[in-house]
Amino acid sequence: MAEAVFFYIFSGIMLLAAGSVVTNRHPIYSVLSLLLAMFCLAVLFVMLGAYFVAALQILLYAGAVLVLFLFVMMLLNLQPEALARMRIFTLRAVGTFAALLLAWILVQIVRSVPWAAGGSGSAPGGTVEAVGRLLFTTYLLPFELTSFIILAAIIGAVTLAKQEPRK
Amino acid sequence: MITTTHYLIVSALLFSLGLVGILTRRNVLMILLSIELMFNAANLAFIAYARAWNDVGGQVIVFFVIVVAAAEVTVGLAIAVLLSRQLKTLNADEVSLLKW
Repeated sequence: MAEAVFFYIFSGIMLLAAGSVVTNRHPIYSVLSLLLAMFCLAVLFVMLGAYFVAALQILLYAGAVLVLFLFVMMLLNLQPEALARMRIFTLRAVGTFAALLLAWILVQIVRSVPWAAGGSGSAPGGTVEAVGRLLFTTYLLPFELTSFIILAAIIGAVTLAKQEPRK
Repeated sequence: MITTTHYLIVSALLFSLGLVGILTRRNVLMILLSIELMFNAANLAFIAYARAWNDVGGQVIVFFVIVVAAAEVTVGLAIAVLLSRQLKTLNADEVSLLKW
């Protein structure tokens, strides 16, 4: 009962925030709406028993990636998107229709599989120890390779965005 | 009772909202933000299935998705900064130098 209340409240807030992300004219408000959506998603993760991933979501995703987004937006000093008249209406209508079609197809696919209530796991195994044990045994190679990905991203970002010193 | 199907429907709706953002926004940064929304939808689907199959591997995959998304956002934002510097615009329609 309490689980259902929390689920509907937080998924409702998350979907409203996601709607604000894609329709808001001010870019800063879009990023802040995505921040709210990520916090609600972390609540859903905790309800699904993934405690470690929920903490990672708030620390890494909301706390690092979105802050980077905010920094770059304030650096570029984005203005609110000016609304042109004709073409944008057709663009938005077609895009919304395509996404509605995809949503309907996905929901039909998802609803065709009968799941038992609450999942099969009684004790959710999403603790730090369980995830860490898997990370360092089965998924050790991808874990080490992520350090290479991060290194490549750092080198790429610095190389792309650095400015030559004016002589 | 909240079954796995409820979480998967929320994930599907979130994914479609991200798709709306990609298709309707013209600002490059807003498109990147909508891609992040789709990543989050996929993460929710992974965690829901990890709970349904009682397999912690789904949560490990989400860990990797978060790290890869962070790296991709870094490079994508660097490209956007370069775009605004060179072409003086962030409108995706005006980035058409490679068109014939």
